Amino acid sequence: MRILEGGELKKYFGGLAAISNVDFHIGQGEIVGLIGPNGAGKTTLFNLISGSLFPTTGVIRFKGKNITGLRPHQICQRGLARTFQLVKLFGNMTVLENILLGALFSSQTGMNKVTAKRESLELLEFMGLSAMEGTLAKDLTVANQKRVEVARALATKPDLLLLDEVMAGLTPTEVDSAIELIKRISNRGITVFMIEHVMKAIMTVSDRIIVLHHGEKIAEGTPEEIAANPKVIEIYLGT
Amino acid sequence: MLEIDKINTFHGKVKALWDISLRIAEKEIVALVGGNGSGKTTMLYSISGILPPASGKMHFLGKKIDGMSPHQIVKLGLCYIPEGGKPFPDMTVRENLEMGAYIYETWKRKEETMDQVYRLFPVLKERAGQLARTLSGGERQMLAMGRGLMSRPRLCMFDEPSYGLSPLLVKEFFDIMKTLRKQGVTILLVEQNVRNALEISDRGYILENGRVVLEGKSGGLLQNGHIKKAYLGL
Amino acid sequence: MRRAISKKIFYCMLFSLCSILMAMIPPYVSPYTIILLNSIFMYIVLTVSWALFSGPTHYLSLASAAFFGLGIYVSAILGEMLPLLAVIALGGFISFLLALLVGLSSLRLRGMYFTIFTFGLSELIRHSVQWWEVNKTGTVGRWVIGVDHTTVYYVMLGILLITLATTYAIKHSKYGLALLSIGESEEAADHIGISVNTLKIITFAISTFFMGATGAIMATRWSYIDSSIAFNPLFSFMPVLMAIFGGVGSIFGQILGAGVLTLLADFLLTKFPYYYMLLYGMILVVVVLFVPKGLTGLKEELKRWREGGSVNPGRKDGASIHPE
Repeated sequence: MRILEGGELKKYFGGLAAISNVDFHIGQGEIVGLIGPNGAGKTTLFNLISGSLFPTTGVIRFKGKNITGLRPHQICQRGLARTFQLVKLFGNMTVLENILLGALFSSQTGMNKVTAKRESLELLEFMGLSAMEGTLAKDLTVANQKRVEVARALATKPDLLLLDEVMAGLTPTEVDSAIELIKRISNRGITVFMIEHVMKAIMTVSDRIIVLHHGEKIAEGTPEEIAANPKVIEIYLGT
Repeated sequence: MLEIDKINTFHGKVKALWDISLRIAEKEIVALVGGNGSGKTTMLYSISGILPPASGKMHFLGKKIDGMSPHQIVKLGLCYIPEGGKPFPDMTVRENLEMGAYIYETWKRKEETMDQVYRLFPVLKERAGQLARTLSGGERQMLAMGRGLMSRPRLCMFDEPSYGLSPLLVKEFFDIMKTLRKQGVTILLVEQNVRNALEISDRGYILENGRVVLEGKSGGLLQNGHIKKAYLGL
Repeated sequence: MRRAISKKIFYCMLFSLCSILMAMIPPYVSPYTIILLNSIFMYIVLTVSWALFSGPTHYLSLASAAFFGLGIYVSAILGEMLPLLAVIALGGFISFLLALLVGLSSLRLRGMYFTIFTFGLSELIRHSVQWWEVNKTGTVGRWVIGVDHTTVYYVMLGILLITLATTYAIKHSKYGLALLSIGESEEAADHIGISVNTLKIITFAISTFFMGATGAIMATRWSYIDSSIAFNPLFSFMPVLMAIFGGVGSIFGQILGAGVLTLLADFLLTKFPYYYMLLYGMILVVVVLFVPKGLTGLKEELKRWREGGSVNPGRKDGASIHPE
């Protein structure tokens, strides 16, 4: 089943085409990577999907239903969550409170505080963050802030998780942990769509990779196919 | 050119740097590497005057710089290019670059310098009239570098320049660094991408928990067992 | 868990005790004291309800005067036709409706723009009412029917208690946490399922209900009102100053700020009738300069100073890149 589809997506900022014509689809249970040179439109595409921006034209379908034009919180209620390239945590609140908010507002029927707290503590353990439960989010290192942001997104019980450069700035050891984490998330049944520049991660963990350049999709395929694609090598990978 | 002698720096009550000493000679590329929270950025804050050390001495081009304010240090020819770029979001690319040449001596030559920067980073020329906040992550990084170079520095300190950049751009950046060295700029490179940093630099310092645990010629460091295991993932 | 329950019980008991005590005192104190207490109650309600929305979200509203004045006018116009409690409820509800309109129209405004918009709106209402009175009705201002001070006292006390209870309930519910998150990162809050616009507008409207109700009952302290009196911008600024003075973050701080500043104003007015505004202003400036976190912030500073240094907030995460 195609959990996410985008058709003929265009996004113009004034005269500038950030996304000039993108069709894409994500299958349920997949881990799909999104790569491309800086300025290619990757985060813009995520913004269109999550509802931060409205497409100029085009349609986005999530779980078969049209979500174009819906507000972010409505899209989140339907099971789509994301992290941000520049971490957007609630800095003056504790790690637990950040995740708790995700759990409390995760479904339309609402959730009581006791269940939400229990789920949040479980998530903290899942992410390996239990020791930092009471720390203020702004006092964490950037790497840990990213993990908290992932945990908060998971607390909303998504079926599809958009990850925007979670691995930036991690040492190779940390990258390996992060890869393990993504595999564990995928094993929970969550589809993952991730923007990354850390090639090791994307190549290891993705089932499929989509390549954007100047707002257009220029390639799509398995990691092996993409690594061998001459155009991709030219504009992105280098030799 | 740059001599750091046993500095200790605090973030409020927390000690971030412990007796750190560092030397950079002219036209060298020196790498300062380490993981998250190892003190790399604190080191650059201390040298650039943003977060002065509590004790220790620092000299740049023979002059004592501990106790100087950041703008005085920039005037001496030392520039700091922050992590993530930190461009002025509501100013255009061109205005950001002009701000880099704020010091009077460099202001006179700003058109000439700007041409040089545009040649290094053609994308910036394309986007000269755009507001900095509309740039993508990598473009901001380029803008920050360009802005730093506008002050025509003798020593340039880069804070994680490869953060969030595509592999191709990372290679281009490191090529640009080699070009800069040829033009007479000395470079202090702080990086989490240890392999790239050690491959391009002459010498390196490894920082862990605020202390220098290893230093030496970069070639040697690349062969070091501890480094290979902890940082190169081998 | 036990701590949280007993804290709540403690506050409930304290609240009930204070309410009963306050309800009993009128026969034992002078009318002057009752009038003073009415003023204090009024400013506490204005401050606490202002802070309910503006505190956590950092959307600083300068429109409190509009809603307070609206309540005053409701009382002036309908005071003779309807029973007292109906007038007060109406004052609250009409404010609530106006706030919904204001909220919907200012949705896209952030930060300074929102603040200026609210201030402009308040002034617009003031001038519009004045224009209407001058050009349409021919008479400027109205007489307000008098209500004796003790009745005002009991009504104001009631409004105060309801305001405090409501604010406390919201603050400690998931919506209270959500309001804080809007102040931290509205985009992130939107993305985790919080209906940001709805929450902002409804919370704003609830806060203005209490302002309107207060206006309706306090109208009687002036026997004559016109739009300059009712919509005086000072009623927008004072709650902000009082909240900052006492400490914006806690209800206790807001109560403290409102109480102390009202008493101070009264004291200065009686002791230095010619200079009181000057002294008042100077004290405010000193406080904002030296105690930016307000009186409750001062208490925290003292506590930290006595405990000898703050707890190390950084590096608790044990991040280390030492190989095993």
